[in-house]
Amino acid sequence: MKELVEVIAKSLVDNPDSVEVTETEKRNTIVLELKVAESDMGKVIGRQGRIAKAIRSVLKAAGTKNDKRVILDIV
Amino acid sequence: MSKTVTGKGKTVEEAINQALTELTLTLEEVETKVVQVPENGVFGLFGKKEAIVEVTPIDNPEKRAQSFLTDMLASMGIQCVIACKLNDDILNIELSGKDMGILIGRRGQTLDAIQYLTSLVVNKKTEHYVRVIIDTEHYREKRQKTLENLSHKMASKVTRYHKKISLEPMNPAERRIIHATLQDDENVFTYSEGEDPYRYVVIDLQENNPE
Repeated sequence: MKELVEVIAKSLVDNPDSVEVTETEKRNTIVLELKVAESDMGKVIGRQGRIAKAIRSVLKAAGTKNDKRVILDIV
Repeated sequence: MSKTVTGKGKTVEEAINQALTELTLTLEEVETKVVQVPENGVFGLFGKKEAIVEVTPIDNPEKRAQSFLTDMLASMGIQCVIACKLNDDILNIELSGKDMGILIGRRGQTLDAIQYLTSLVVNKKTEHYVRVIIDTEHYREKRQKTLENLSHKMASKVTRYHKKISLEPMNPAERRIIHATLQDDENVFTYSEGEDPYRYVVIDLQENNPE
């Protein structure tokens, strides 16, 4: 799951080297924390959170495959 | 994504090959520009110049979409074939394989998300906008048929009950299908209400049409 967020985030931002993702798993819930450069925040959130919503949709689909709930925090 | 590599050598060919080795690409995958033509100089001694070329990997929407989707689907653990075709300003991408149901999601939600992200990646560094359409197992075609049927069914309900009907929220592409389907309907007209992403189509009686 961590890799998936990295792939998506790195393709969207201007500073792929600043992309950091941490993954923690509790029972059947995976919590992902995504960190990007300050100037790239808009690139992963989007207007009215449209990009963040799309990333979460993809994560949710990937989670369904393994019966996991996925939560994405952008910090 | 695409970086230019400078190659040097005694001949232009040698210089290009040096750059290609560094990029691990073949000649078909790059654009080359000769910066300096080699010169032997006087008696091969004075004013000798080596060949210098600039080699840039060809960067097109298809390539970018292909590599992004390949990486993304691989990390989702989904095996599938990605076929890209660019027609004018529309990039059509067809995905085929197992687990396509997961990729479509409820009401195509996941497919739309993948399409949106791919569109962002493809159009990231270009002035020239390319519209990205991703489909799998003819989902979009079937969805269009469903929406056309729904439009006609709802339109006849509107005339029968003499009352306007609001449809559920839809994305712009789906709303467009409804509007287009009922465009020439004599009894009803359509318009959209609300703010994205909850914007929805209203079907109303033609006699209430302000135009």
